[in-house]
Amino acid sequence: MKKKLTTVNFKGTKEQEEKLIAVIDKYAGVRGAMMPILQEAQEIYGYLPIEVQTIIAERTGVALEEIYGIVSFYAQFKLNPDGQIAVAVCLGTACYVKGSGDIVEEFSRLLDIPVGSTSADGKYSLEATRCIGACGLAPVLTVNGEVYGRLTKADVPTILAKYKD
Amino acid sequence: MATVNVKINGVEYAVPQGSTVLEAARIANIDIPTLCYLKDINEIGACRLCLVEVKGARGLVTACVYPVNEGMEIFTNTPRVQASRKMNLQLILSNHEKKCLSCIRSTNCELQKLCRDYGVDEGYIKGTVNEYKIDDSSVSIIRDNNKCILCRRCVGACNNQGVGVIGANNRGFDTEISCAFGQDLASTSCINCGQCIVSCPVGALYERDDTDKIFDAIADPTKHVLICTAPSVRAQIGECFGYAPGTDCEGKMVAALRRLGFDGVFDMNFTADLTILEEANEFLSRVKNGGALPMITSCSPGWIKFCEHYYPDFVDNLSTCKSPQQMFGAIAKTYYAEKMGWDPKDIVFVSAIPCTAKKFEIGRDGQSAAGVPDVDFAVTTREVGRMIEKAGIKFRDLADEDFDDPFNVASGAGVIFGATGGVMEAALRTAAEVIEGKPLEKVEFNDVRGVEGVKLASYKIGDINLNVAVASGSGNAKKILDAVRAGELDVQFIEVMACPGGCVNGGGQPIQPASVRNSIDLAATRAAILYKADEQKDIRKSHESSAVKKIYDEYFGEPNSHKAHEILHTHYVKRGLYNNK
Amino acid sequence: MIKTLADLNAAREAYAPTIGLRVGNLDAKEGKIRKHILICGGTGCTSSGSLTIREKLEQVLDARGIADEVKVITTGCFGLCALGPIMIVYPDSTFYSRITPADIEEIVDSHIIGGTPVERFEFHEQTGDHHAVAGLNDMTFYKKQHRVALHNCGVIDPENVNDYIARDGYQALGKVLTSMTREEVVQTILDSGLRGRGGAGFPTGLKWKFAMGSTGKKYVCCNADEGDPGAFMDRSVLEGDPHSVLEAMAIAGYAIGSDQGYIYVRAEYPIAIHRLKIAIDQAHNEGLLGENIFGTDFSFDVQLRFGAGAFVCGEETALMTSIEGKRGEPRPRPPFPAVKGLFGKPTILNNVETYANIAQIILKGADWFASMGTEKSKGTKVFAIGGKIVNTGLVEIPMGTTLREVIEEIGGGIPNGKKFKAAQTGGPSGGCIPASLIDTPIDYDNLLAIGSMMGSGGLIVMDEDNCMVDIAKFFLDFTVDESCGKCTPCRVGTKRLLEILDKIISGNGELEDIDRMEELCKYIQSASLCGLGQTAPNPVVSTLRYFKDEYIAHIVDKKCPAGVCKKLLNYTIDKEKCIGCGKCAKNCPADAIIKTDYVAPGHKLPSLTIDAAKCVKCGACMSGCKFDAISKQ
Repeated sequence: MKKKLTTVNFKGTKEQEEKLIAVIDKYAGVRGAMMPILQEAQEIYGYLPIEVQTIIAERTGVALEEIYGIVSFYAQFKLNPDGQIAVAVCLGTACYVKGSGDIVEEFSRLLDIPVGSTSADGKYSLEATRCIGACGLAPVLTVNGEVYGRLTKADVPTILAKYKD
Repeated sequence: MATVNVKINGVEYAVPQGSTVLEAARIANIDIPTLCYLKDINEIGACRLCLVEVKGARGLVTACVYPVNEGMEIFTNTPRVQASRKMNLQLILSNHEKKCLSCIRSTNCELQKLCRDYGVDEGYIKGTVNEYKIDDSSVSIIRDNNKCILCRRCVGACNNQGVGVIGANNRGFDTEISCAFGQDLASTSCINCGQCIVSCPVGALYERDDTDKIFDAIADPTKHVLICTAPSVRAQIGECFGYAPGTDCEGKMVAALRRLGFDGVFDMNFTADLTILEEANEFLSRVKNGGALPMITSCSPGWIKFCEHYYPDFVDNLSTCKSPQQMFGAIAKTYYAEKMGWDPKDIVFVSAIPCTAKKFEIGRDGQSAAGVPDVDFAVTTREVGRMIEKAGIKFRDLADEDFDDPFNVASGAGVIFGATGGVMEAALRTAAEVIEGKPLEKVEFNDVRGVEGVKLASYKIGDINLNVAVASGSGNAKKILDAVRAGELDVQFIEVMACPGGCVNGGGQPIQPASVRNSIDLAATRAAILYKADEQKDIRKSHESSAVKKIYDEYFGEPNSHKAHEILHTHYVKRGLYNNK
Repeated sequence: MIKTLADLNAAREAYAPTIGLRVGNLDAKEGKIRKHILICGGTGCTSSGSLTIREKLEQVLDARGIADEVKVITTGCFGLCALGPIMIVYPDSTFYSRITPADIEEIVDSHIIGGTPVERFEFHEQTGDHHAVAGLNDMTFYKKQHRVALHNCGVIDPENVNDYIARDGYQALGKVLTSMTREEVVQTILDSGLRGRGGAGFPTGLKWKFAMGSTGKKYVCCNADEGDPGAFMDRSVLEGDPHSVLEAMAIAGYAIGSDQGYIYVRAEYPIAIHRLKIAIDQAHNEGLLGENIFGTDFSFDVQLRFGAGAFVCGEETALMTSIEGKRGEPRPRPPFPAVKGLFGKPTILNNVETYANIAQIILKGADWFASMGTEKSKGTKVFAIGGKIVNTGLVEIPMGTTLREVIEEIGGGIPNGKKFKAAQTGGPSGGCIPASLIDTPIDYDNLLAIGSMMGSGGLIVMDEDNCMVDIAKFFLDFTVDESCGKCTPCRVGTKRLLEILDKIISGNGELEDIDRMEELCKYIQSASLCGLGQTAPNPVVSTLRYFKDEYIAHIVDKKCPAGVCKKLLNYTIDKEKCIGCGKCAKNCPADAIIKTDYVAPGHKLPSLTIDAAKCVKCGACMSGCKFDAISKQ
């Protein structure tokens, strides 16, 4: 798994930075706090670009490379912002044996973006996720957090149509 | 020492309790192959090459980290073990750029040797090969991940140095050793120490090679090409030609350099002595006039860059003395040029050094006393070795020769610069006599000797109570500076060498495989040569060197004079960590 | 605030009536309440809309003026996720499945007010030819189950500590703190025969015993980083009964001499995290966590840490490295965590389901627990059944139950009349069990012996439409993706294994590839640093063992018998059935569909055909054809 670096310009605000600094200070002295700091930083910014990781590095004294090593290791951490319409297809076993592989391919084909990327205009992002635990509804996917279950490939255009302005 | 009894390949041994299987096997004179293990630096059990069979164990056992216990029966060379190692090597090779013929590490590559030993079929396992752009942004260090085998020894070395600009990024098959966000090395706070290079078992890390440019200069009849060799080079260069670590080859080195065609072959020990005069006097003047204390030595360019990045608040504490290398270049292009009637522009000054950071130092601001760079090329011991080899010079057969005049007089104090604590000891010898105004009874300052990373000592010199600290390895410098910053350590003078053990263990020294590094203390072995040379010298104190006296008489007047400041001193910048693009 | 065991007992008595109706105690009186309506708030049912069902239900009850007669409870998972959203009415035990907000008014009016359950929303069980409404107690799905770890799931309100206390919650902690020595606690767990429910089945008591022997600061960790695709039992326990884990961790803390616990839970489990946070707060407020619990000098605290999407963090040393805030890479053992674990201190790590058994073992005794299961595998095991099976969901069965019972009875068999082909247990670390071994009693050792493993308890059922080579590739894809990259055998070896599978699936396989795969598998198993790598080849090894003929079909005949592997498929148009409408040509992304000269009898337009050279085998033509004219083989 190689994470792609973002080409989107950083648009962090003063408020976000203040929030982040409050988070870092909250964990001052807590052992093993880097994971929660990164998780909360991602909640604030939606992703963890170099600007954000540098603030964390400077304030915690942990080397930027070590932080980047952590961020690039865990699937949860994002180096790219989500698209406005974020599609996540579950490729857990239960979903896979029920055909979610075809579904993610169909999205990729219709949106014309590879799995794991955000479209150039920042509108759509498509990712394949690990089991989200909704195996009873297999195959499942989420669009902006909304869950769709018991799907076939044929449902893909219908779902996308719902999100077209 | 408590021991336990183990059986290795059927033979019984008593080995120290707490030894690893690897160490126990070493006692039995068996090298278990390793690729990732580097004692104290990288003990992560990742490469899986050192697996051995242990009777009763569920599976194969990781020799490098597995502790022995009483009655353990170890088998290091069974067909199962051999098959495992062979497959391991085949897998590594399947994602390794196999340009072995032209690889800088060919014949000195740990992977190559193992592949030969195990009769590996290099095409047995095939598959996608990761491709990387070579990072040649740094003036010192080139990173070629196409050859990287992900043993992470460089990462351990870099972290050990307190630098940590390279690390494992991504995961799985896409794991790579790189800088954050794929930045190039030059735009990070890398200090160019080269400890990553000497840790690398393969050809994924190497120094920028300047040897062709030097050959070109030598061939140019309009140029006066001079070389001067740092104190520790003589103690290591023999390793390039098959001598065991710890063999002094000063005479052969001089002879070889002369045969390469250099117009002058000088001894940097001279400027080491000069540095002491400048530095000791600078220190005394800071004490007297309330300058920034503790004063910190400035000979190690890796350390200088480290200080500028990580401790910019200590930049004013750095001695303004140029390093011996830069002083020599500066003198060559001023004093010596005048003496010889040469235009400084026609001088090509080369330094042979155990260091990759010196390649960065020569390009710094404030290192051009004659309006041209003081030093044109800084070549590592390894590069010097390669030049000699390329020129077909039979190093081992050469008769000893002496350095050229007029700088061929040096004190023992200058020689020990190459070992951690050496600069401090040299400075103490001079400072003590200057302050006390009488000859020292004993020139050795043993408290500052030895390869420990941090050494503290206190001396009463005249009516001054002097507390000093010595750090080798920038990671250890961190400990001292943190303590000073926190007000927990009260010292007036600090020596820092960026490399653990000092220059004898510099990033530009000949590369010894892990099997050697894990079993002997390279820094101590090499340093012993320098201390022995010191002992054998008639002159043991820098200020007693006739060459030093002469240049003050003829040129600089006195230490820290205006002229000395213009030529022999420099300045620093506060870089910080992440705004250095 | 509970300061003594007597306080706890008093609380239990006080809260018992509040759960009476749903646990069979019909005499329980709590105000005017006469019905309990339980709505599943597990992830599965929440995804299918159970929260809106609750909102609607409360509105309707309010509107009908009977809000004070009916208690609505959001519970954890009932297990039958495929039927969600699920709603159960007590004391009638009426089981409503797949309900929508539109059904609520009718249910309230007819059932809650009128007393007549709405049969058409009730669960109808199909057993053989018999098709009937089944109440909770008659359902085959539940009959064979034996709920120990899940005994509170779907019964209590997980966000209410009082419900837990009323169900004997924290009694076990009270018992160990006031009347058992540390040694007795460890001995009880040892005697029970409880083995770790998260992976290799290491005896839990032994782990505790090793850690008990060390001195100084120690840690108790809970592995809730359930990462096996298709496994969700740990999540269900956390969502349905979070206090049982907290209580067990405190018991473990007392036993080994630790005052600090960490739960490492997947960040992808928001509901579980939410309920854990509530549970920790409530336990603190009640004095059941914190300083001087039950008035003793034992103190214990629990912190949450969130996994960030790395399967390898289920491995114990990797999990600890991750809690320390680093890349979740495993480290070599020894030193074992019981000696040098989290932050270099002695540490025990158990998974959620293991902890969920502890309190009951303490209360009911080691003998009680050891009486369930097989000789070497005691107690019960929770499985998440998924894939090609009727009753997808969560089941808890005594060890030793056969695969056949789980699949055919509890699971309701294979849908659509298809044939059972294999079951996959143990996730990416496990293997595929063929139909010939369906009568294997499930326990740790039997599964190992047949080339699979218990793992955390995912059980994926496959039918004749699943290609076993493809399944092996699916799991290996997963492991390659999740390999941490630290050690050579796993980082490079699994990748090479996957590449060989890819080659076979693409029709380029050679018979030697099978030998090479077997050699690689053996090497990776024996040389990898951690359990992830050591077990990664299992899906390949087991499919090679039981389904070698499928591999050979792919390699020699260049055919995928199950019709899954795209590159080995050929789509053809039946020229007699094709009416030439052109819909398939429109759907085709590769312009591979062309006209023929042939017009079938009775049709007006010429039939179409597929240019095999252009075809990308996406199947878009076939799924769009209304005339069943396109087939693949």
